[in-house]
Amino acid sequence: MTSLDGIAVKVESATGNVEPLLHEIRHALKRVADGKEGTVIDLRSLPLAPGEEERIEAFLGEGEVRAELDTFGATVFQETSYAGVWLVTHRNMKQAVLTRFIEVTRTPELLKSQRADIERGISRLEDALAASSKVERSRRESVAGQEIKDSG
Amino acid sequence: MRKHQTLGVYLHAQGVSRRAFLKFCSATASLMALPPSAAAQVAAALAAARRPSVIWLSFQECTGCTESLTRSHAPTLESLIFDAISLDYHHTLQAASGESAEAARIAAMEENEGEYLLVVDGSIPLGNPGYSTIAGMSNLDMLRETAGGAAAIIAVGTCAAFGGIPHASPNPTGAVSVSEIITDKPIVNVSGCPPIPVVITGVLAHFLTFGTLPDLDHLGRPVAFFGQNIHDRCYRRPFYERGQFAHTFDDEGARKGWCLYELGCKGPTTYNACATLKWNEGTSYPIASGHGCLGCSEPDFWDKGSFYTPISAGLWGSRETLIGAAAAGAALGVGSALAARARKKKARAAEEAES
Ligand code: SF4
Repeated sequence: MTSLDGIAVKVESATGNVEPLLHEIRHALKRVADGKEGTVIDLRSLPLAPGEEERIEAFLGEGEVRAELDTFGATVFQETSYAGVWLVTHRNMKQAVLTRFIEVTRTPELLKSQRADIERGISRLEDALAASSKVERSRRESVAGQEIKDSG
Repeated sequence: MRKHQTLGVYLHAQGVSRRAFLKFCSATASLMALPPSAAAQVAAALAAARRPSVIWLSFQECTGCTESLTRSHAPTLESLIFDAISLDYHHTLQAASGESAEAARIAAMEENEGEYLLVVDGSIPLGNPGYSTIAGMSNLDMLRETAGGAAAIIAVGTCAAFGGIPHASPNPTGAVSVSEIITDKPIVNVSGCPPIPVVITGVLAHFLTFGTLPDLDHLGRPVAFFGQNIHDRCYRRPFYERGQFAHTFDDEGARKGWCLYELGCKGPTTYNACATLKWNEGTSYPIASGHGCLGCSEPDFWDKGSFYTPISAGLWGSRETLIGAAAAGAALGVGSALAARARKKKARAAEEAES
């Protein structure tokens, strides 16, 4: 036996939780289509046999959008082949999976720019503009001073 | 982080974006076994949280509980939570030793009288105070002295929660749990040998977030993590219900991933979160690795007979009752699954009513 593949283990298990979960997603998606609230499902909250999470992922497939958030480790937002159904995977800085959610929504909340960050952005932008106009003003003043010197 | 600064102000000053904070809160809500929609409430509560002082005492233990916590698979989460508490005394982790270490404990107690959190791992020997001492002080005296001014106590690991292995027959040191000594303080038992690290952090996060202790079961354990037994959440359960058991560790049933009941699995009588939170960076847990559950989060797990005989042998004295036990368990299982679902629905409804 040269590798783990050589061990004759063929697990047959199935919890029977995959299909109900997919139906839960279908119901949640109908609610979103009707303009109602989205749903978030924590994949860690229900028992799944080895391979069942992969089955869910394969069933949902990959859609058009994939976005990555890089903070305290990567978070990947993958829209599945069913628009409005997102697979959101939060990882830590060691790349270990912290949590996995299925979000049924038009846009996952964390993808949206947050109000506090926008406000902080405004003040940073104002500071940056003030600093750059100060630099520009002093550059102009020094050019003007040089011209007066040259003409004198 | 300064002691009276809120976590929100501290993180803002560190340049942590609101989005990053919300990611942390989603993971923390999941850690506390709250529904994902609770992340916003967690964010509001955590942003206003102040840094509590924590004193950690280690008595008759193997340091496995501390090892478990420091090997946790979520270092960013833990480091944020540890940044958010002030771990003022932990004799395995702190740099200070001898008198200056003890001085740190006394100073933290005086400065935070009535407000600090006391974490204990290890059991306390009553047989002879000399069996286990720290800086010449018996474990019993140190526990009584430190518990006096604590807001609450977290007994980490089966030794602190129920006496654990030191308490196993014939209990040579007269080991007892924290709750057998301290009776006038709220105590949370985070049992397990060792406990799942994220459960330890989850209880700390709960205290930090809501300033209260989580709901507890009849053994003082947080319901969020110990409310369901391993068997209820086990992916091998369909085999149990069909009566398909592995009889040895290398037979056909074992290779096909059938139920480990006959090989001594204590899942049906063990309450813990291993089946969902798992171990080693969320990779696996004993049953998924082909070995039955030892029941390490239950009182006296070491004295309940062999790890390799079925529970039915201990309960009813013969293996012949096994099939009957499996059938009864199957009926019970349906009830437990419904109860679990009802509990979850109730939690969701309460959470929705609040929001
Ligand atoms: S007896 Fe053990 S292996 Fe079998 S279903 Fe219950 S917990 Fe899982």
